[in-house]
Amino acid sequence: MTGILTTLVLVPLAGGGAVLLVGRDRDALVRRLALGISLVTFALSMMLWTRFDPGSADYQFVERHTWLPEFGISYHVGVDGISLLLILLTTFLTPLALLCSWESIESRVREFAFLMLALEAAMIGVFISLDLFLFYLFWDAMLIPMYFLIGVWGYDRRIYAAIKFILYTLAGSVLMLVAILWLASFHQTQTGVPSFDLADLMALSIPGGLQTWLFLAFAVAFAIKVPIFPFHTWLPDAHVEAPTAGSVILAGVLLKMGTYGLLRFAFPLFPEAARLFAPYLATLAVVGIVYGALVAMVQPDLKKLVAYSSVSHLGFVVLGICALTVNGVQGSVFQMVAHGISTGGLFLIVGMLSERRHTRQIAEFGGLKAVMPRLVAAFFLVTLASIALPGMNGFVGEFLILLGTFASPFSAHARLYTAVAATGVILSAVYMLWMFQRVNYGTVTNPKNRALRDLSLREWCVIGPVCAVAILMGVAPNAFLRPMEPAVRRVVEHIRGTSLPMNAGRQTTAVGGVREAAVRR
Amino acid sequence: MTQADFAAVAPMLIVTLAACATLLAEAFRAGDERMPFELLGLIGLGGAIAASVLQWHQEKVGFGVIVIDHYSIFFNVTIAGIGILTTLLSVGAAQRDKLPVAEYYALMLFSIAGMMLMGSTRDLLVIFIALEILSLGVYVLTGLRRTSEAGAEAAFKYFVLGGFSSAIFLYGIALAYAVSGTTKLDELGMQVAGAALNPDLILILAMVFLLVGFAFKVSAVPFHMWTPDAYQGAPTLVTGFMSTGVKAAAFAAFVRVFLSALEPLRVDWMPVLSAIAGLTMIVGTVVGVAQTSVKRMLAYSSIAHAGYLLVGLVAANTAGKAAILFYVVAYAATNLGAFGVLAALSTPDRNHDDVRDFAGLGKDRPGLAALLTVFLLSLGGFPPTVGFVAKWYIFNAAIQQNLISLAILGVLTSVVSVFFYLRIVVMMYMVEDKAPGRRPAVPKVAMAGMVLALAAVFYLGVMPGPLLRVAVDSVASIF
Repeated sequence: MTGILTTLVLVPLAGGGAVLLVGRDRDALVRRLALGISLVTFALSMMLWTRFDPGSADYQFVERHTWLPEFGISYHVGVDGISLLLILLTTFLTPLALLCSWESIESRVREFAFLMLALEAAMIGVFISLDLFLFYLFWDAMLIPMYFLIGVWGYDRRIYAAIKFILYTLAGSVLMLVAILWLASFHQTQTGVPSFDLADLMALSIPGGLQTWLFLAFAVAFAIKVPIFPFHTWLPDAHVEAPTAGSVILAGVLLKMGTYGLLRFAFPLFPEAARLFAPYLATLAVVGIVYGALVAMVQPDLKKLVAYSSVSHLGFVVLGICALTVNGVQGSVFQMVAHGISTGGLFLIVGMLSERRHTRQIAEFGGLKAVMPRLVAAFFLVTLASIALPGMNGFVGEFLILLGTFASPFSAHARLYTAVAATGVILSAVYMLWMFQRVNYGTVTNPKNRALRDLSLREWCVIGPVCAVAILMGVAPNAFLRPMEPAVRRVVEHIRGTSLPMNAGRQTTAVGGVREAAVRR
Repeated sequence: MTQADFAAVAPMLIVTLAACATLLAEAFRAGDERMPFELLGLIGLGGAIAASVLQWHQEKVGFGVIVIDHYSIFFNVTIAGIGILTTLLSVGAAQRDKLPVAEYYALMLFSIAGMMLMGSTRDLLVIFIALEILSLGVYVLTGLRRTSEAGAEAAFKYFVLGGFSSAIFLYGIALAYAVSGTTKLDELGMQVAGAALNPDLILILAMVFLLVGFAFKVSAVPFHMWTPDAYQGAPTLVTGFMSTGVKAAAFAAFVRVFLSALEPLRVDWMPVLSAIAGLTMIVGTVVGVAQTSVKRMLAYSSIAHAGYLLVGLVAANTAGKAAILFYVVAYAATNLGAFGVLAALSTPDRNHDDVRDFAGLGKDRPGLAALLTVFLLSLGGFPPTVGFVAKWYIFNAAIQQNLISLAILGVLTSVVSVFFYLRIVVMMYMVEDKAPGRRPAVPKVAMAGMVLALAAVFYLGVMPGPLLRVAVDSVASIF
C-alpha cells in the first residue's frame, strides 16, 4: 500500500516514463500527456492540503518502511506545514512551466517532458524526506534533469551555464554528504546503532566544536543553493541561459531548496552552532539584499535583472530564518512561496516577451503598453507582487521577516539589520519600476515592437493563475500562515532550546495588521 | 584426490574446459564455417556460477590451497558475471574488429579461470600463479589486433611493466617465506601476529613488495603508468574486461592478503596505503580532466575508482570490506556497460575514441546515448544509480573509522570526475553532429548485454540491500 506522499512522487516519475514511450513525432500528444500528469499531481497535492490538519505541529501522512536496516536507513517521509506549502508551490509551478513551453520547445519534446516530470518528482522527494539518506538521494538526483534542461534547451552559452550549475552545486553538497555520514556514525557511537533518520539525529547532543564544522558543511551546501552572497555567481548564468521553464522552476522551487534545507536540516540539527552563526548568516543575507538589488538595477538584460532580484529576495528569506523568531521564520516560509509565485511569474512574462522578439534586452523594448495592453497588465501585477506592494503576496512575507528580525534576540544589531534590509524593499521598487517603465511606457521606438500580438488563450492560462495566487496570498495570508504556524513554532523552539510562550495574540495581531493594511490600500 | 578437492576447483575447471572446447572448435572449423564460440563460453561461465553457488554454506579446501568459501564464491560469481557480460557485448564487435574470435574467447576464459583462482586461494604462491594466468591472457588480448600499432605498443608496455611488477610480487613472497617459512596465509598470519609489535625489516620489505605488486594490478598511483596506454591500445571490450575483471580479481587477493595475514601489521601499511589511496584519487581525476580520448579518460577514471576501493581497504572495518565487494560489482556493471556502448559505436571509419566523435549521438542513436548517459552518471556517483550507493558505502566506512580527510578527498575528487563524465554527455546532447549518419547498427545480443548492465545499475541503486548482505556474509568468511 502506498500513501499519498509516495503517490505524489510516483505519479510524475511514472508519468515521465510513460511520456518517453510515446512514439516519435507525436509532440502534441506528449505535451498534453505531460500537462495532464502534472495537473493530476497538482490535484493530488490539493487533496493533501485539504486533508492536512493545520492545528498539528507533527509530521503528517507519515510513511515509514525499512530499507537498509544495517545502515539505519529507512524510507521515511512526511510533511508538516512548512513542506506542505513548498510541495504546493512545486506542483503549482510545474504545469505552468510545461504550458509555457508549449510552443517554445520544439525539439526533443519527449525528453523535455520527461525531464520536467522527473525534476518535479525529485523536488517533491526533497520536501517530503525525513531520512537524510533519502533526502540526499533526491537532492543529488534533482541536479541531473536541471542540468539537461539548461544544457539542451538553453540559449547560447548554455553548456557553460549547465556545467557551472552542476559542479557548483555538487561541490557544495558533497561536503554535506560527509557531514551526514559523520552524523550517522556518531549516532552509532552514541547509541550503538547507526541511523540516518532526521528525528534520531536531532535528538543527539553533539559537542559545540563539532557542531560548528558540521553546521558549516550543511550551511555551505544550502548557501550555494539559495544562493547567499557571495555564493551566488552560478545563478545569473544558469538563469540567463536556461529556457523559460527551467528558469521558472529554478527560481520558483530550486532556490527554496536551500532555504528549506537551512530551516529543516542545518538549523535544527545543530542548534548551538545555528545560534552562533545566525548573526553572520544574517549579515551575508543583508549584504545580499542590498547587493542583489543594486546589481539588478544596472542590468540591461531582463532575465539577469530578475535573477539578481532573486538574490535580493532570497536574502530576505535567509534573514528571516536567522532571526529565529516565529514571525521571522513564518515570514520566510511565506516569502519562499511568494517569491516562487512572483518571480516565476516574472520569468514567464520575460519568456513571453522573448518568444515574440527573440531578445531580452530592455533597450530593445519600450511602449509595449500600447501594443499589448493585457500582457502588460499581467506584467504590472506580477511586478507589483515582486516589489511587495501591500495587498500582494510579497508584502506579507517581507513585512513579517522585518518584524521578526527587529525583535530577534540573537543578534546585537537586529535593528540595524532591519533598517538596512528595509532599504532593499525600496531598492526593489526602484529597479523593478524603472525596468517596467522602460519596457512598457513611452512611445514605441523600435518598429519591430509595433505588431506584437497580445496574450493568447494559452498564455492567459499560464499567467492568470499566477496573478490570482499572488493576489490571494496577499489578501488572505492566513490561509497560508495558519497551517505552517505550529510547525514553525516547533522548529524555532527546537533551535532556541526553549519553549516559547504561546503569544498567539501577538501573532494574530501581526498577521491581522498585515491584512488590515492590505485591505486599507 | 577426493571429491572435495574437485568440488573446490570445479568453477575454474569448468571455465578452463570451456576455453579448451573453444580452441578445439576452432581447430576443427572448416574454412568459413561459423562456430558458436560465444555459446561455449556462456555455458562454461554459467556452469562456473552454478558450481560456485551450489557450494554456498559449505566451506571446502581443495588440494590444500584452494578454498571454496563465501568470499571466493562471491568473486567467482562476480568474475563469471563479468565474463558473461563481456561475451554478450562482444557479439558482433569482435567480428567487426576482425579479431580472431576463437582465440579471443579462449584467452578471455583462460584469464577468467586465473581470476577465479586468485580469489579462491589462501596461499601466496597460488596467488602468484593465478596472477600470471590471468595476466598472460590479458597481455595477449591487449595486443590481439595484430595490425594495430597502438595495440602492439600497449601490449608490449603492459607486458614489460606487468612482468616487472610480478617479479617484485614474487620477491615479496620469497621474503615472506624467508621470515616465516610458509606461504600459507593463515600460518603466515600467525607468525606475523607474533612479530607485529617489533616486526623484522625483511617482513616489512616483504609487505612493501606485495603491496607494490597489488598496487600495480589495481593500477594505483604511482604504479598506474601502464594503464592509460594499455586501455587505449587494447580492443575496446578487452579494455572493459580488463578494467573490471582484473581489478576485481586483484582486489579479491589484495583484501585477503592484507586484511587477514598482514592485518597485524596494519599500523605499518595503513599510512602508506592511505597516501596511495589519496594520490590515486587525485591523479585519476585531475589527469582525467585533461583527456580528449574517451578510452584514456575511462582509464584515468578506472584509476580514480581504484582509489575509492583503496579507501575501503584503508578503513579495513567490516563496512569497508563489504563496501569493497559491493563496489567491485557496481563498478563492473557500470563500466562494462559504458565500454559496451563504446564498442557498439566504434567502427574503422569513426572510432568514437575522441570526445568530439560523440557529438549529436543523442539525436542519432537516442537509445545508446541514454544508456551511456546512465553509465556515466553512475560512474560519477549520481543517484538513483548503483554508483551513488557504492560511493556512499565506501565513504561511510571511511568515516566510521574516522578517516575524515580521505572521505573529504574522495567526495571532492568525485566532483572533479563528474566534469569529465559530463563532457561526453554534453557532446551527445548539446553539440550538433558535423558528420552524421555513419554509425553502425547494434546487434541484438550486444544490446541485451547493455540493457542487462542498465538493469543492474538501477536495481542495485534502488535495492542495494540484498547484495550488500551477501557481501557482508562473504567477507565474514575470510576472517
